[in-house]
Amino acid sequence: MASIPSDYPVTHPRRGLGDRLGDHGLKAITLAAALAAVVLLGAIVWKVMELAWPAISYYGLSFLTSDTWDPVRKEFGALSFIYGTVISSFLALLIATPLAVAIALWLSELAPRGVRGVIGSLVEMLAAIPSVVLGLWGILVLGPYLSHTLEPWLHDHLGFLPIFGPPSSTGTGMFTAALILTIMVVPIVASICRELFLQVPSELEEGALALGATRWEMIRGVILPATRTGIAAAVILGLGRALGEAIAVTQVIGGGTKITRNIFGPSDTIASKIASSYQGAASGLEAASLLYLAAILLVIGLLTNFVAQIVVRRFDPLRGAR
Amino acid sequence: MSTLSPEFSLRPTGRLRRRRIVNKIMEGVGTLAALLAVAVLGLVIVSVAVRAAPAISLDFFTKPPNIFGGPGGGISSAIVGSILIVGMATALALPLGVLIAIYLTEFAPRAVAVPVQLVLDILNGLPTIVTGIFVYGILVIGHTQSAYAGAVALAIVMLPLVARAAQETLLLVPSALREGALALGVSRWRTVLGVILPTTLGGILTGGVLAMARAAGETAPLLFTSSIFNPAVSTDVSHALPNIPVLIFTYSEQPDQVLHEQAWGAALVLMAFVLVASLSAKALLARSQRKLGR
Repeated sequence: MASIPSDYPVTHPRRGLGDRLGDHGLKAITLAAALAAVVLLGAIVWKVMELAWPAISYYGLSFLTSDTWDPVRKEFGALSFIYGTVISSFLALLIATPLAVAIALWLSELAPRGVRGVIGSLVEMLAAIPSVVLGLWGILVLGPYLSHTLEPWLHDHLGFLPIFGPPSSTGTGMFTAALILTIMVVPIVASICRELFLQVPSELEEGALALGATRWEMIRGVILPATRTGIAAAVILGLGRALGEAIAVTQVIGGGTKITRNIFGPSDTIASKIASSYQGAASGLEAASLLYLAAILLVIGLLTNFVAQIVVRRFDPLRGAR
Repeated sequence: MSTLSPEFSLRPTGRLRRRRIVNKIMEGVGTLAALLAVAVLGLVIVSVAVRAAPAISLDFFTKPPNIFGGPGGGISSAIVGSILIVGMATALALPLGVLIAIYLTEFAPRAVAVPVQLVLDILNGLPTIVTGIFVYGILVIGHTQSAYAGAVALAIVMLPLVARAAQETLLLVPSALREGALALGVSRWRTVLGVILPTTLGGILTGGVLAMARAAGETAPLLFTSSIFNPAVSTDVSHALPNIPVLIFTYSEQPDQVLHEQAWGAALVLMAFVLVASLSAKALLARSQRKLGR
């Protein structure tokens, strides 16, 4: 048996200059890219605030509590748009949340294996429809249907509630906007909830079934309590989407600057007011006020996303934490 | 020992029957909700297709819009403009997004990765009209609207999507591959560029296509960056270029039947592109992930 020669040279392997440069170079370049993303978010906040600053310093916080938007008298306030944003998003989530949770439960627990994938991707395709196309459909198909059929019916039967006032003649209004937002929000909330439901340990689900619970009792007793906070986060993410949607809402909400209780009436949200004024404002003050609206939207967008992400993070293994 | 009384029955009664009925109702509600979502999707697709049909002709794809708003125009200039703007946006967002994903999966310590990921997620959820205002502030004020400003705005929308998709694919690379390369004495950067990146190329590209499909339908970032344009066909990216989403948006706001018909036609073109691109990308993605996750 041959022995290893004792004078076998054991040199300390030294990596080539190219490799050392390459390692550090790649790390530095990718780090720079990651920092660029952070800088980008900072720059967005800084720039939008800077653009809005003339109006912020002119109006202060009273901008938020004034409901006049009168380009002729040059008086501007955001309250009616804040109201429009809150109500349209609230209505959309009111309809979308139960629907989305039901869809997610069906997809994760009830659907037969064969159709699960197909229906799941169809629901996701709903999210892929461009908002401008959905808005076009909203004005020309959904709107006329609502103004001729559904809104008169609701007004006749539930008209004693002030929110179901006289139907709109054109089909544009807060209610149409809320329904379009519902269509946009449902697939987002449903796909997050589905992931959450699939992560509930199957021992718990099977345990409940083995104890004689029906599937609905298992869902209500095991799955929903285990994912409660996650569902809340999904709804907040949907809220962020609904609050910030500009295009489809602009197309169908009708454009109004008054606060009305009738949900069939025209209104405007913060985002839709900005979008509908893209062809330029009449005066410098109006332009500045629009930028103030953008700043409000930015702050709301940052807050809702931040809260939702912090909560979602507790469930998502990819995003670390826990 | 007593025997079972003959009238004992296995049919559920009382409480159990109620529980079963509630269960059936709830299962029915879930099924209905899923069907409703699919029905809405079908309704939108069918009504766009039906209403777009009269507008679709060869001229529709080859002619620019009729300047006087009359019949006979097409959307060729908007198609060209959209391709240029989305192409430039992809060229900006794809490399940057992949670099960020490489940093996050290969190099970043946890203390850095978590906040960077948070920033990307927040960027993803930001209202796109705010992104449009931001780019308007840095590139349009003091200059004019331009296709490249529009491309920058769309790139900001795409960046978190591309980074996320690339990151998900990179995480699927089996660690045996990475460790094998390192054990053979291959340096880190060559491992990343020569071994890991090629295996994930399919996943990264399909992620890019998905982000592109999303960007192609975005209107809000373009409203303040590339919306006031000359309707003729142009490839000059230093000026605002016509593009499909803004065209649909402006036509839909006009009370004009002819323009509505054109808007439906453009909507069909846009939706067909977006749905086909995202469906095929998702199919490819599922395949490449299965291959990696083996």
